[in-house]
Amino acid sequence: MTDIPEQGMAPKIAQKSRLRVFLDSDIYYTFKRSPVAVVSTIVVLILVLSAVFAPLIAPTNPFNPASLNLMNGFTPPMEPNAFTGDTFFLGTDDQGRDVFSTILYGMRVSLFVGVAAVLFAMVLGITLGLISGYVGGWTETIIMRTADVQLTFPSILVAMLIFGIAKGFTPVEYRDQMAIWVLIIAIGLSDWVQFARVVRGATLVEKRKEYVEAARLIGRTPYAIMLRHILPNVLSPVLVIATISLALAIIAEATLSFLGVGAPPTQPSLGTLIRIGQGFLFSGEWWILLFPAVTLLTLALSVNLLGDWLRDALNPRLR
Amino acid sequence: MSDAVLSIRNLSVEIPTRTGVVKPVDGVSYDISAGEILGVVGESGAGKSMAGNAVIGLLSPPAHIAAGEIWLNGTRIDALKGEAMRRLRGKQIGMVFQDPLTSLNPLLSIGDQLTETMLTHLPISRSEAEKRAVAALEEVGIPGAVERIDSYPHEFSGGMRQRVVIALALCAEPSLIIADEPTTALDVSVQAQIIALLKRLCRDRGTAVMLITHDMGVIAEAADRVAVMYAGRLAELGTVRDVLTQPQHPYTAGLMASTPLASAGKARLHQIEGAMPRLDNVPEGCAFHPRCEYAQDKCRAAPAPQISDSHAACWFPLIAEKVS
Amino acid sequence: MALISVKNLTRVFDVSKPWLNRVIERRGKAFLTAVSDVDFEVAERTTYGLVGESGSGKSTIGRMLVGLLTPSGGTVEIEGVNLATEADAKKIDVIRSDIQMIFQDPYASLNPRWRVRDIIVEPVVARGGDATGLAEKLLEQVGLSALDAGKFPHEFSGGQRQRICIARALSSEPKLIVCDEPTSALDVSVQAQVLNLMSDLKDNFGLTYVLISHDLTVVQHMSDVIGVLYLGRLVEEASPDRLFNNTKHPYTKMLLEAAPKMDAFGREAELPEGEIPDPINPPPGCAFHPRCPIATDICRQERPAMRKLDDTRVACHLAE
Repeated sequence: MTDIPEQGMAPKIAQKSRLRVFLDSDIYYTFKRSPVAVVSTIVVLILVLSAVFAPLIAPTNPFNPASLNLMNGFTPPMEPNAFTGDTFFLGTDDQGRDVFSTILYGMRVSLFVGVAAVLFAMVLGITLGLISGYVGGWTETIIMRTADVQLTFPSILVAMLIFGIAKGFTPVEYRDQMAIWVLIIAIGLSDWVQFARVVRGATLVEKRKEYVEAARLIGRTPYAIMLRHILPNVLSPVLVIATISLALAIIAEATLSFLGVGAPPTQPSLGTLIRIGQGFLFSGEWWILLFPAVTLLTLALSVNLLGDWLRDALNPRLR
Repeated sequence: MSDAVLSIRNLSVEIPTRTGVVKPVDGVSYDISAGEILGVVGESGAGKSMAGNAVIGLLSPPAHIAAGEIWLNGTRIDALKGEAMRRLRGKQIGMVFQDPLTSLNPLLSIGDQLTETMLTHLPISRSEAEKRAVAALEEVGIPGAVERIDSYPHEFSGGMRQRVVIALALCAEPSLIIADEPTTALDVSVQAQIIALLKRLCRDRGTAVMLITHDMGVIAEAADRVAVMYAGRLAELGTVRDVLTQPQHPYTAGLMASTPLASAGKARLHQIEGAMPRLDNVPEGCAFHPRCEYAQDKCRAAPAPQISDSHAACWFPLIAEKVS
Repeated sequence: MALISVKNLTRVFDVSKPWLNRVIERRGKAFLTAVSDVDFEVAERTTYGLVGESGSGKSTIGRMLVGLLTPSGGTVEIEGVNLATEADAKKIDVIRSDIQMIFQDPYASLNPRWRVRDIIVEPVVARGGDATGLAEKLLEQVGLSALDAGKFPHEFSGGQRQRICIARALSSEPKLIVCDEPTSALDVSVQAQVLNLMSDLKDNFGLTYVLISHDLTVVQHMSDVIGVLYLGRLVEEASPDRLFNNTKHPYTKMLLEAAPKMDAFGREAELPEGEIPDPINPPPGCAFHPRCPIATDICRQERPAMRKLDDTRVACHLAE
């Protein structure tokens, strides 16, 4: 922190770089001092990176029929297979697919669906929230009442409804391809409300501030004011919700997939893997269920912890 | 310690931050006697409220008292903790803040708040407390006190609310009132009423008052003595007449001269160049020297002298003819 | 010709509860008349001070002057153009760039996510103008450094932020700046710096100010003409000299008496009576009559018209 004399004396550095500003910021300072935040960030980073680079890391491509050997089915973790002698880090499932590889590929699907759904919900929610907060009147009433009605349905139900309708309109041969996109839209649609609410609330506060009046005064259009002035100032609560929503979206996707209305077995997500695995739990092949479940738990938990920390760090009242 | 109700000796408050320790209050000493109003005046960041908060034990962590003593009626209170401090605060110290809404409970009628406070701190019956509550409201000039005793804070106007707060602060018969910017949120005409009320009540009851404000005009109207603070330190201390008409510290003199009132008829206002230093960057020596037109080498090298013989903490106090 | 001409200016706010609450509580709509029938003119290159307590409508008038609010009745003409009714978009644009405003809260009036340079030149850039080097030049003119242009608002103190606000106001080369409590959030010593800066800029740029304040001393120091407002009505208008030494309206007298004085040690002031009434139900007749020491029957029934008395305009039946 440099002192700024009232009369403009030349400061040493005219303009700090964005990185410098970030490294000096309170956020980074509190981050360094919170072990929970550091650990969960590292865990999230490892999981995300291993999902992104799954084709490079995974020992086998579990969805390439050519590389599968049915003889490898039900190999327990770290034990050589009775027939082939192959050893698998986390064992194999009924079709001889390497569980470790399926988890890496499954996490890709889970993360992709989660991130895309949150982005979709974010864009929709921010747009509607900004408009209803800034314009007000009937526009606001209609948007926010729609949001209220939406909230009275459990989001899983909304997602299942959309999924069901979409399924009815898609030809059978495209269903597997469409499933992922329908999942994204279904989860996103059930999630936009909280973005809209928070953005609307923050917009109501910001639009009364004098810098917005100063912009109106010089004749800037409502579009420019919303986008250039208000939007940057309502983004920090959005960031918090987006992080927590990501954890929820991943779980929602897993739930839908577990229930059989989500990602298809040809493109399994963590939820699909858990659904497949639970069939073998009582016959003793516990690893097929356990490892995907633990991965899902770790992923959702660390994203959530990160979101919690972010909320506290960005809330000036808790500091 | 003498006959002073409140006696502060060398009080320092420190806040550890990640860039180092800052001292919002640095070696401040003053007394307030019974029936006396001490005006504590300074610009924002001067540490005037922080000193008041230290007295009532309301420093928000990590701020803490680092050195010095606070004596209230002959008892040392700066080390009191928790329950003991809370009891003392309610019984012996009354508080009036800038925003009356923050010191009133919105869910309780003002009658309930007054009687509860009295029952907690005074050995009286409920019916007696209720009688006294009405009397207290009448005393602070609330018309129709009997009917309004069951009203809630939001049913009063800003000025009336501040009167209720004053009644609440006085009802446990404290020996000290700390009023932190009590009239800043009020209109001029209401401000005059509240100041007059505070003055009258304290004089009648012999209550000592610490009146914290940034407004020299309010000080002139209300205070008996005035303590001028700058960058956490005491710059000048004396009777209000001495300090305002013959300021010895260049900061006080500059502050007085920069009010539009004092510059009446002049095209430009007197200007103190620069701004109060940030707490993490208080200059060596006298904290005011970079802005002082009379500063000399000594001011840059040695901290300003403690207020003792002269009433200004200044190596070269102004003498009367210099300011006129 | 006067730069600003305000005639019968009125602004009513709908402060009704929501429709459903009104139906349930069987109440009608509620209206607050924030500004009622105000007339005044401001000559070019002068400072017009508007002074009043809370609820006097001074900020509402300021917002109507710059076009942030539309009047419910009456007109505001700036250089002969009425922004609320003018159809010619070009004319509106010209007038708009002639008007600027400085706000009270230096912490809320600068967008915290923008760099100072972008903030200052926005009025020019928004109109597609060229702003190369403009921010740096203006920063130096308001007593800051050209190097400050790349910083963010949170790096500045309150007084410095107000200087940045002034620089932004100057960037479109306006003729008129409406200043709404420009120094009431600042400390006394910083206030003196900002007021002096405003005086200097007025001379250098040939500006006209409308200075809105609750602080009589600030208005007295800065203004050529002062208008005193009470409950949305203009009650007295005069030069500072006349207003302070030959006060006509009882409200102005009360205000002057109540203002803290530097030499009033232990003064037992004559205390003002009562408080400002609820602006939703203002008293009939002269709005000041319930607090007025000299009110008579006519004050309770008839609203006094603005009339000329010597060189003062005053709205009081009994002033002489």
